[in-house]
Amino acid sequence: MSLAGFEVEVQRSKDDGGVVTEDMTLSMGPQHPSTHGVLRFVIRADGEVMKEAIPDIGYLHRSIEKIAEKVGWHGFLPYTDRVDYVAAMFCNHGWSLASEQLAGIEVPKRGEYCRVIADELCRIHSHLLGVGSMAMDIGAFTPFTHAIREREYLNDLFEELCGARLTFHYMRIGGVGWDLPAGWIDKLSHFLDRFEPLIDEYDRLISFNKIFVERLANVAPITAEEAIDYNLAGPNLRGSGVRYDVRKDEPYSVYPELEFDVPIGTGEKGTVGDCFDRYIVRMREMRESCRILRQCVVQIPDGPVIAKVPRNLKPPAGDVYVRLESARGDMGWYVVSDGTAFPHRCKIRTGSFSAISIVPKISRNLMIADLIAVIASLDLVAPEIDR
Amino acid sequence: MAELVGSLFAEPTWVHYLGAALAFGTIIVFGLVLPIAGITTWVERRIMGRMQSRIGPNRVGPAGFLQWLADGIKNMLKEDIVPSAADGPLFRFAPYVVMVGFVGTFAALPFTSALIVADLNVGILYVTSVTALVVVGILMAGWASNNKWSLLGGIRSAAQIVSYEIPAGLSIFPIVMMTGSLGMQDIIKLQGWAPWSWNLFANPFAFVAFFVFFVSALAEGNRTPFDLPEAESELVAGFATEYSGMRNLLFFMAEWGNLYVIGAIVTTLFLGGWQIPFTFENKVVQHVLEFATFFLKAYGVGVLVPIWLRWTLPRIRVDQMMSMCWKYLVPIAFVNLIGTAAWMIWSPLWLQVVTRMVLVVSAAAGTMMFAHRVVYHLEYAKLTRAHLLFNPLATTRSPG
Amino acid sequence: MAMDAAGLHARLREKFGDVVGPLEGSGRNASATVAPARIAEVGEFLKTDPALRFDCLSNLSGVDYPKQGHIQIVYHLFSYLHRHAFVLRVNAPRDNPQVATVSSVWSHADWQEREAFDLLGVTFEGHPDLRRILMPEDWPGHPLRKDFVEPESYHGIPTSRESLLKA
Repeated sequence: MSLAGFEVEVQRSKDDGGVVTEDMTLSMGPQHPSTHGVLRFVIRADGEVMKEAIPDIGYLHRSIEKIAEKVGWHGFLPYTDRVDYVAAMFCNHGWSLASEQLAGIEVPKRGEYCRVIADELCRIHSHLLGVGSMAMDIGAFTPFTHAIREREYLNDLFEELCGARLTFHYMRIGGVGWDLPAGWIDKLSHFLDRFEPLIDEYDRLISFNKIFVERLANVAPITAEEAIDYNLAGPNLRGSGVRYDVRKDEPYSVYPELEFDVPIGTGEKGTVGDCFDRYIVRMREMRESCRILRQCVVQIPDGPVIAKVPRNLKPPAGDVYVRLESARGDMGWYVVSDGTAFPHRCKIRTGSFSAISIVPKISRNLMIADLIAVIASLDLVAPEIDR
Repeated sequence: MAELVGSLFAEPTWVHYLGAALAFGTIIVFGLVLPIAGITTWVERRIMGRMQSRIGPNRVGPAGFLQWLADGIKNMLKEDIVPSAADGPLFRFAPYVVMVGFVGTFAALPFTSALIVADLNVGILYVTSVTALVVVGILMAGWASNNKWSLLGGIRSAAQIVSYEIPAGLSIFPIVMMTGSLGMQDIIKLQGWAPWSWNLFANPFAFVAFFVFFVSALAEGNRTPFDLPEAESELVAGFATEYSGMRNLLFFMAEWGNLYVIGAIVTTLFLGGWQIPFTFENKVVQHVLEFATFFLKAYGVGVLVPIWLRWTLPRIRVDQMMSMCWKYLVPIAFVNLIGTAAWMIWSPLWLQVVTRMVLVVSAAAGTMMFAHRVVYHLEYAKLTRAHLLFNPLATTRSPG
Repeated sequence: MAMDAAGLHARLREKFGDVVGPLEGSGRNASATVAPARIAEVGEFLKTDPALRFDCLSNLSGVDYPKQGHIQIVYHLFSYLHRHAFVLRVNAPRDNPQVATVSSVWSHADWQEREAFDLLGVTFEGHPDLRRILMPEDWPGHPLRKDFVEPESYHGIPTSRESLLKA
């Protein structure tokens, strides 16, 4: 049968009693409370057990890559926020890094520290939303509201820093847009003092709750080979046991001067690479981000925050592929310049695109309730998938 | 009630009796059942709000107390949408079946020693049977909606409720055996006002039966952690997805009101019902105190504890729920049943007295340990009295 | 052991000879051009050879070069085992771009090639399921091409409207 362009092969089978049964085709449609954005899955299920779950993407495609070719190097920065609006700082950073490498611009030290502070705050921001909505999808509504409460403090910090709560446009080619406001560093320290014990509270409330663990442990384990083959990145990849973090292995910005660990999944509650591992890696990454932030607060030097960049930037012809560690993993920006004021091509490689491509493979013989857990544990956000 | 009709009319015929029954039923439903269901929504939303670091309804009336009235009026005024491809008669009829299943239980609930609509000699059996009507209603709703997600929700719910009837019923039997009767008032009269005379502490098997019954009743009421049929994150609203307006409200009123019914049954069976220590000359005072006792016990165990559980725990999956029922609760309930029978036959009096004391003391000790733990966590979180002031009439956020 | 760009290129040349072009660029951006029909074999070799072991296709981008008359597919490869990276380029003629598929080598290439097909019109021979992924199934044309003209309307919905600034 055909379901909006999908040829789904419905199987009829005869069981021992001679009863003919048919699979049910469901559309977990573009409008749904828990698909993390506008996504659609076509599910072929035998009762509760799924035989197939095929993703259908493209509902949020905004042709951002084509827009890059029209608006120029500086003008594209606000558009990059919308590539992944849950973790917008990283997208700004990626485009800025690519443009700077093409044009040979060096960012001053204080600018780099501001970038790292903004990045790590954004990582906490994004992970809070990710684990909060994961808890909500599993049925526990309270941790979600607690996560949103913490995010409100972060939103206040961001608003003071750059004027926006969601799509920041804080970074510029050559540095950052504004210096840190007076007293902002102290507010950041107060926030960290308040937030770090709350991660423990979160763990006590939900992370090791028996029902929560039972829902996530041993569900859709992804082996390290599969994860690498399907190009998973970030907490998804580290949850499967692969110790790779762009900040450690191919460092950019001032990460070589900062000390932090990289948590990986060890199968502590089930198999390595199951949903619980991916969840707990995110929780632990939030702690590491707090650690990085405390070091930045101490180490940040004085100086300018942005280099002198011509308004009409024309990087020499060439192409570059930069990677940075976004909240959702290794985000790659392949930018081609042809020497004019407009980029020739910009291709964004996002962690969620890879993550959703593995969903058909790992969701065979899971239940529909498990599909929700899988989608939440992969931390998919639709804008990143479709761009 | 029959005497009342007989005293009012000289020659009461079946018409008088029917009229009186309808009038009485209307009073009970509109005066007791609906307000209980409605006010429970307010209580839940305020408690849920405080647990989630927010306030809850605070606009309509003092501290949002009239929110449920506003919601009821809004739902009555909403357009009643019936999907064109839905099975019309079944779709329209399903909410009423569910309501009957819920409201029908009130006919046998003993509120005080004299305030019971019908003291049936099969009281508890009647209550469990009537609540099973809810399954029929939910299946009708799920099927008639012509929506695969509603169907999934309806089937899940039917499987869940029917499965958990077994441990619930099996947990009632020890009490029935100890009482020797199915009547609600008989069960209460055999207990006393003091905790050590409650059925809960009578023997260790009844103690376990209390927990088994409580969990099964939660599952039958579709409450988290068993709220798969209406799992918002998966099925929007499960079997009630296609419903709008008053029909939708009827489903949810049945769910919230059911909490009180669970509490009432648990209080009757295990917690001594309406028993109070003193008797009064003034019957009005006596009945008011008995009603208050029953109501507080039923509300505390049946409404406040499930609210607390709902907003703390995640939901369990279909297969985990079924395996929990059939692999764990049913065998435990059987063991309780046989154990109670054995206890009744073979245990000497001194053992019964000692067991009661031991169980009461351990329950009190458990409660003290829990309170100590709560205090420890509050101090660890450095919360002050100002933070903790659970003031249901508060209209602003707590400090900090 | 991580190999540097020159070493990687030398090993490729050793195996495939002229199918692989000269080394361009340096460091992480070092690249070589490969003939479109042979990219699958080259990919297979890169993945399975013990010294190379490029187990991850990080990125597959299509770039439209109308002036040079070809569409270039750029493959960014990475090895988690050895922690080295390399870039391959394939030039397909613009009027009939056909490239061998690498989806049998790296599983994620399946979706990435579908995206290149959808947005640029490159056909990947041997691909198991080549259909549009981001655009609707019946969308005319390939949007990322430089000469793409937006259709006037789609299913009756106009794609432009009058300027609101006119009186």
